[in-house]
Amino acid sequence: MLDMTPVETIERQALRINPAKTCQPIGALYAALGIHRCLPHSHGSQGCCSYHRSHLTRHFKEPIMASTSSFTEGAAVFGGAANLRQALKNIFHIYNPDVVAVHTTCLSETIGDDIPSIVKAARDEGIIPEGKHVIHANTPSYVGSHVTGFANMARAMAELFAQRNGGAKDQINVVPGFVEPSDMREIKRILFEMGVKAVVFPDTSDVLDAPQTGRHAFYPKGGVTVDSLISTGDSRMTFSLGPYASEEAGKILRTRFEIPNKVLDLPVGIGATDRFIEAVMGVTGTEPPEAMMDDRGRLVDMMTDNQQYFYGKRAAVFGDPDHVVSMTEFLRDLGMQPVYVVTGTPGRRFETAVKGILAQAVPDAKVKAFSDLFELHQWIKKEPVDLLVGNTYGKFIARAEDIPFVRFGFPILDRVGHGYFPCVGYRGGMRLVEKILGVLQDREDRDSPDHSIELVM
Amino acid sequence: MHQGSDEKREHGPDPAQFVEEVVRDYPAKVARKRLRHIVPVSPDGQCEIQANVRTIPGIITQRGCCYAGCKGVVIGPIADMVHIVHGPIGCSYYTWMTRRNQAKPREDGQYYLDYCFSTDMQEDAIVFGGEKKLKAAIREAHEIFRPKAISIHATCPAGLIGDDVVRVGDEMSKELGIPVFGFACEGYKGVSQSAGHHIANNGLFKHVVGRKDIPPDGYAVNMLGEYNIGGDAWEIERILNRCGISILSTFSGNGSFDEIARSHTANLNIIQCHRSINYMAEMMETKFGVPWLKGNFIGIKATSKTLWKIARFFEDPALTQRIEAVIMEEEAQAGVEIAPYRGRLAGKTVALFVGGSRAHHYQDLFKDLGMKVIAAGYEFAHRDDYEGRDVLPFLKVDADSQNIEELKVDKDPERYRPRIDDEKRKRLMAEGVISTYGGMMPEMDKGAVVIDDISHHELEKLIERFKPDLICSGIKDKYVIEKWGIPSKQLHNYDYGGPYAGYLGAVNFARDIDMRVNGPAWGFITPPWKKKPILEAAFGAAA
Ligand code: SF4
Ligand code: SF4
Repeated sequence: MLDMTPVETIERQALRINPAKTCQPIGALYAALGIHRCLPHSHGSQGCCSYHRSHLTRHFKEPIMASTSSFTEGAAVFGGAANLRQALKNIFHIYNPDVVAVHTTCLSETIGDDIPSIVKAARDEGIIPEGKHVIHANTPSYVGSHVTGFANMARAMAELFAQRNGGAKDQINVVPGFVEPSDMREIKRILFEMGVKAVVFPDTSDVLDAPQTGRHAFYPKGGVTVDSLISTGDSRMTFSLGPYASEEAGKILRTRFEIPNKVLDLPVGIGATDRFIEAVMGVTGTEPPEAMMDDRGRLVDMMTDNQQYFYGKRAAVFGDPDHVVSMTEFLRDLGMQPVYVVTGTPGRRFETAVKGILAQAVPDAKVKAFSDLFELHQWIKKEPVDLLVGNTYGKFIARAEDIPFVRFGFPILDRVGHGYFPCVGYRGGMRLVEKILGVLQDREDRDSPDHSIELVM
Repeated sequence: MHQGSDEKREHGPDPAQFVEEVVRDYPAKVARKRLRHIVPVSPDGQCEIQANVRTIPGIITQRGCCYAGCKGVVIGPIADMVHIVHGPIGCSYYTWMTRRNQAKPREDGQYYLDYCFSTDMQEDAIVFGGEKKLKAAIREAHEIFRPKAISIHATCPAGLIGDDVVRVGDEMSKELGIPVFGFACEGYKGVSQSAGHHIANNGLFKHVVGRKDIPPDGYAVNMLGEYNIGGDAWEIERILNRCGISILSTFSGNGSFDEIARSHTANLNIIQCHRSINYMAEMMETKFGVPWLKGNFIGIKATSKTLWKIARFFEDPALTQRIEAVIMEEEAQAGVEIAPYRGRLAGKTVALFVGGSRAHHYQDLFKDLGMKVIAAGYEFAHRDDYEGRDVLPFLKVDADSQNIEELKVDKDPERYRPRIDDEKRKRLMAEGVISTYGGMMPEMDKGAVVIDDISHHELEKLIERFKPDLICSGIKDKYVIEKWGIPSKQLHNYDYGGPYAGYLGAVNFARDIDMRVNGPAWGFITPPWKKKPILEAAFGAAA
């Protein structure tokens, strides 16, 4: 496995090897699925859309519906306006969505198709039926990553739907980040338990974790409704969970309606969850309910009970910036040493945040944005780690170097559970502790000689 | 039900009526177009179908792009080369280990299948051009890995800004002294993956085939259009080796640059996937004199039939005897092993919508299992894959295909070597052994429905009206089908199973289909209380 990777690192300026990111539209498509009765539409050649649907399907094991403008060479030369008009006509006729969420691809971006004016013309021509919506996000993949695409589509929701309709409503907005349906569900539960009325957008719970009933619902029952999105303009504040995926949406609401935007880390792990809960307390003015405190206590109990398995273990973490930042903090709080921390998404902010988290605990950690798994692997080859945390693509490195591996983030193509069981909040923290502990203890069981194998751990 | 049908239809509606129903929900223009792609197989087997034309914008389709056909399908599986994708990151990322084309490293250890290479274009490249970065990337790949050869694949944005990967390949070849060659397979070319197959065939033929004149010993064939999904190629190799035939090279599953470089010295080309590789077979025959035959190693009977064809081609009594013996033994063994599954599957109905050849190949395997194919279609095939190669002279090249280069190929003055004389050639052609492919439709039951480039809407209609016991498809449709409570078998990635080729593969397949169709989980979709009369409430308040 990965046998061609040399130990010595050669400085690369041009060649990306084994990326730790993918392209914007897949994030935009995912976000759009979090709107009720929305059909995501990929404006470009059909290949991109096919890849994005396939990959999301591999991750969620669920139907991923999206249409495409199916550019041909002619469209690439003359622009894709005619394709988009034709597509919208067909989409509303055949699939009857309430919302079409158009995202661009590298091709239509490079051509420079002006989506708003194409959509406006389509509306003027009566192609878009009364009461139906077409929103759009620009998602060129030569900028940012799939996380940027998610952020751009989330922002489009706020930008194109939010209205101020009459005084501040007694609700907050929560942009949950590029997280699983299970995480969105858990965030909603936490907010509910704490007595806060919230619009969580996008919301893919009850969309991408749909039950098997013997009937495929083209538009499953979940997703944030258009009415809720409209009402975000009246909310008292916005919580953007994870700056990379969520801040843009909160920002636009602040710009348009002066709604305060609180940017928080993704509530993964004890510290980040505490800060999220505190922020919610700032809204409600009350302490969390006892049951939630009990959850917290159980998480801390797991941490204190098992310190000996974590202490001093060297860990490598990679994936999407918001995920990795919170995970790094959590590993540190478990007593581990996150020595290599990598994201494929570009951005200084990531490096600053991670270095801040590790300043005391692991001052010489290698931290890098806009990096890739080839580089991470080379570091590991030079000086190994005891644990690898990241998406499915880490499994090759884990196998090559025989490292205990915890799957976390996007995409997870080879295991199930992420769609159903959250990683956010105190309960999510417990799940993560169980997972991490599991692989570390399995390794100890595997490697201990017979005479010292432990019955009790 | 249509009274005039000459056969009792146990499953589903009258096909003609179904076709009408399907297109009813479309806008008139779309309906008119789609009608030509949805064709019931007529009693005389003579049907015409529209294929290999544009997908209508806004229609939810299975199809991918030209780049997917070139890099993803044909070139990517060659394991001992570095394949660099020139474009933003996504195009390369999605073809990284997702297709299950397996390979093992050869003696030199060069093996890159678990790597993903991209120029990861950023905005500056889009604005100022990306060739400089591409060249730098190739140099870096060369410096780090010292590969024997490098391919470059263009994506939509790379092509649009005018980057010329073919020229860059030529230049870098000179600079580095190893073969570096570019494929101008931008995703917007053609109408589907199919254009990319053609471009890949051209490039392989130009740059790799014929590089090494090392003739094989004994009977040596190439397997064309065999991608070794789930290890299929290895099962085919096992069988051929038992017969005394070696595989010189495979295009391109378990593929090797060095083996493809000497593939022109083989005695015979065996085509598995006609759609993706027929160009190669024809070019090799013209230039080097290697004849081709269309085989199918999917299915017990189909495998035996293919072996028979090979025996007929070589006309060597000793070889024929060995082949006969292998067929006897393997058929008997496989027959015994599939019998219990066949017992549970026979009579069940199946529909297949996939690829450019699998929808045909797997019908043979379903016949082995006694299952009935009620509908089928390809995702990106051409009319010859549906109707047979006899239709080729009548196909017109349309605007979308005219820019895909047709290589001008001549006899190689030194290396052309006819494997068989003219008389034998004519005879074998007349017997249907070489140079022919009859297509999928003539082999289907009359009344079955053929749907080209099926849309989501058409699939759902088919499910609603025919309620097949099994639908074979790809990843994008799989969970739609299963959410309807209908088992689905993926015929691109085999649901991570396989091999399904050859005799052992047929047994694997039978077991996996039994598992899908007769698995216990389906029985739980309806909760028990919905299957019974309403219970009386034990603690209910009095009414
Ligand atoms: S062209 Fe851009 S949007 Fe399409 S797959 Fe490639 S990187 Fe993604
Ligand atoms: S950008 Fe073009 S080449 Fe890349 S996946 Fe999309 S359609 Fe295919």
